[in-house]
Amino acid sequence: MLTSLYVPGHSWLHRAPVGGKVLGLLVATTLLLAWRDPAAPALGAVVVAAVHLGAGLGVRRLLAQVWALRWVVAVLAVLQWWAAGPREAVVVVGGLLVAILAAGVVTATTRIEAMMDAVVGALGPLRRVGVDPDRVALALGLTIRTVPALTGIAREVADARAARGMGRSPRALLVPLVVRAVRHADAVGDALVARGVDDGPGE
Amino acid sequence: MITFDGVGHRFGDRTVLRGIDLDLRERFVGVVGANGSGKSTLARCVNGLVRPTSGRVVVDGLDVGRQTARVRRRVGFVFPDPAAQIVMPTPAEDVAFSLRRAGLSRSQTTARVEETLERFGLAGHADHPAGLLSSGQRQLLALASILVTEPDVLVCDEPTTLLDLRHTRRVAALLHGLPQQVLMVTHDLELLGGLERVIVVDEGRVVADGDGPAGVATYRALMEADAC
Amino acid sequence: MATRATPDDPTRRETGTSASSVPDVPGPRARGLGARDLAYVATFAALIVVLGLPGAIFAFGSGVPITLQTFGVMLAGLILGGRRGALACLLVVALCALGLPVLAGGRGGLGVFAGPTVGFLLGWVPGAAVTGWLAARRAPGFSVPWGTAGALLGGIGVVHALGVLVLAWRAHLAPSAALTADLVFVPGDLVKAALAVVVAAAVHRAVPGLLPPRGARP
Repeated sequence: MLTSLYVPGHSWLHRAPVGGKVLGLLVATTLLLAWRDPAAPALGAVVVAAVHLGAGLGVRRLLAQVWALRWVVAVLAVLQWWAAGPREAVVVVGGLLVAILAAGVVTATTRIEAMMDAVVGALGPLRRVGVDPDRVALALGLTIRTVPALTGIAREVADARAARGMGRSPRALLVPLVVRAVRHADAVGDALVARGVDDGPGE
Repeated sequence: MITFDGVGHRFGDRTVLRGIDLDLRERFVGVVGANGSGKSTLARCVNGLVRPTSGRVVVDGLDVGRQTARVRRRVGFVFPDPAAQIVMPTPAEDVAFSLRRAGLSRSQTTARVEETLERFGLAGHADHPAGLLSSGQRQLLALASILVTEPDVLVCDEPTTLLDLRHTRRVAALLHGLPQQVLMVTHDLELLGGLERVIVVDEGRVVADGDGPAGVATYRALMEADAC
Repeated sequence: MATRATPDDPTRRETGTSASSVPDVPGPRARGLGARDLAYVATFAALIVVLGLPGAIFAFGSGVPITLQTFGVMLAGLILGGRRGALACLLVVALCALGLPVLAGGRGGLGVFAGPTVGFLLGWVPGAAVTGWLAARRAPGFSVPWGTAGALLGGIGVVHALGVLVLAWRAHLAPSAALTADLVFVPGDLVKAALAVVVAAAVHRAVPGLLPPRGARP
């Protein structure tokens, strides 16, 4: 099952409009990366931590987010230090870390449905070049729906592989998985056609 | 009212249907036949999922080949595997998807969705992932999503194949209680026995056309003759 | 009959395109993606997500993960052709941006886009497009040499090129340094490319007619 990274809550950030949050994130990140001084990531870290805690996301989640990035940070820090010195390492790696955490806060405080509505709304002007926002929404929903369906198929295929004594062959798992995925897609395509997806809007 | 007029269908070198002439006026019509007999193709001709290579199908005066979009708005189609026909992540979204062109306001849509899920015994699952429903519940959801648009005709292709007896009976009772005309392809002889009209298809032809008991008898004889 | 939804196979594989299933309604939708193409695109997007779920193996932490997801990206191109393959990858990228943990190891959300390795993710879209474009050279048949060329040039070449460029830009590294860091992942991807071609060839034998005919848009 595909559960979102949204953390339920009622903070001001949870209630803020999606567009505003994404725009704010873009502006903040751009400023952060443009200001090439160790003060930028330092100030950024304080702000992100404050917003994170202010939105009720908790200290543990913040630490977990940082911990998850430990290897990227370590590798990049070593490379930067070696190539450009410690100051540059702090500016570049600190800036990336803060930007990633800030973006994570937006994701954690925005429901998938709200994000989807915002995207579909933003795609409106693209109607003229042949992008149908409703169809985009259908494609996104259909994909979310199909993940558990394919997980079930993968489990059955793995069982069948085990039953036939082909324990570790990746081909014996992947070929039937993809063939059955294609057949599933055929059946879904039929259902979409039958439900009028290929037919124009009502007369 | 569904009419088949000299319908034939070829797929590559294989003839799937030939010379089908039928006038279906009864409220509930069963179709039975062996695997690969062409019965599923016959059902798919009714809403244009398959287009005949000869002849034509007419539903309530509309030519399926020419007025496909209009026919599809009148004909609901239930597939054997409900997992593949639920296209949205949750039951509420899936039913709402069917109403996307109904011209309803958001609150009207929500009300219709709630009322429909209630009718099909799914109200408690409205916002659960569809993947967590049982096969029987999924087929009920598939029916809910189709019937919410109030089609005139319902075509069901083996709607109970993947269901247990309890859900089979529930779906059958539901189909029998509908005001719509129903065309049902099935292997379930229990469901066919009581029907006033059953069509038996074999090797792409209609080999028997009569009441339920007669259709079941013909189908049994056909299957047992093949077994020898 | 229950195992195969459409044993008597209707319109799809005879025509290859979905437009033929609705000749009576042209209009704007004929230009877009038909319902059947949409089903393929969403299914392969879901497949890429599922390939990231079980036993994701990381080379180092949650940096660039080595999983079967890039195998899925190449496969989408090899099975569906360039346009639909690229759209499947675009869907995964979009779901990631929406805040779903669709990437290997449960990663997702806007944080991925702020990270230094986002180029490898964004590279999936043109990568699958190039893979599929080359793989469909002999369409409707599948050619192993063209498929291999596609997986190598698109699935590895394009993805890594974009990944390295973005890494160099975002992490302020010299492109050569970024490239050196990236080379660790190339052997694994070569194995995945080979696997993708083998699997694609078997799938095309089992289900003929999946690649779009030449000249058709999907």
